[in-house]
Amino acid sequence: MKNTNEMEIRFESRSANEGFARVAVASFLTQLNPTVEEVADVKTAVSEAVTNAIIHGYENEIHKVHIRCRIEDNVFTVEVCDKGKGIENVEEAMQPMFTTKPEQDRSGMGFAFMEAFMDSLEVESEPGKGTKVRMKKAIGKGREIWTTRSL
Amino acid sequence: MKYQVQENCLTIYLPREVDHHNAEEIRREADAVIDRNHIKYIIFDFEKTDFMDSSGIGVIMGRYKTICLIGGEVWAVHANARIKKILTLSGVTKIMQIYEEDAV
Repeated sequence: MKNTNEMEIRFESRSANEGFARVAVASFLTQLNPTVEEVADVKTAVSEAVTNAIIHGYENEIHKVHIRCRIEDNVFTVEVCDKGKGIENVEEAMQPMFTTKPEQDRSGMGFAFMEAFMDSLEVESEPGKGTKVRMKKAIGKGREIWTTRSL
Repeated sequence: MKYQVQENCLTIYLPREVDHHNAEEIRREADAVIDRNHIKYIIFDFEKTDFMDSSGIGVIMGRYKTICLIGGEVWAVHANARIKKILTLSGVTKIMQIYEEDAV
């Protein structure tokens, strides 16, 4: 039987909650016994997705951001959802350096970081309805090879 | 924000986490100091920093845009492996020098 587990959190789109979201997801992840690097990767990716929901999805209005995490064997899936304004052109938004808010010093690297630090990234968005970002990462890749090697 | 001004050089001591939440304050305060002191060089000190996302990259790029007009430079010091990875991946190392301590 597969080892599965799930958790969900819902919080207000205040920037102070970005840190909370990262830490909550990271502590749920610890049951997979991740490396320090893997924890940092997931924290960065979650931070990017939550920041996007707050400043782009809700444009700094206070509404709810929803995170769902799922563990299936060694695969960690995290979904970050908002019911904000959505993305007109997802492909364009995912281009590195593309940003709609350069005046706010946004680097346009959010999606690029999510892609770089996770194994897969899917973005579903509908203008006026909201955005769902789904990211997956296999935890402990290669560790088995290391532990089974005779000393 | 903790900072130090020596002549035309501003050192910004970054907090433990540089995300969108903290970046707003750093950006606001740094701009005020840069304006007041005719800053040409900015050193971002990552000594205490163990987390940074793309919001931190935005802060660095934004400050660079301001001071590059007068021929200024931005530097990173005390960056750990994780921070270096974030800096490199973002491409910001094209405009920013990373000061390597062991090169001393």
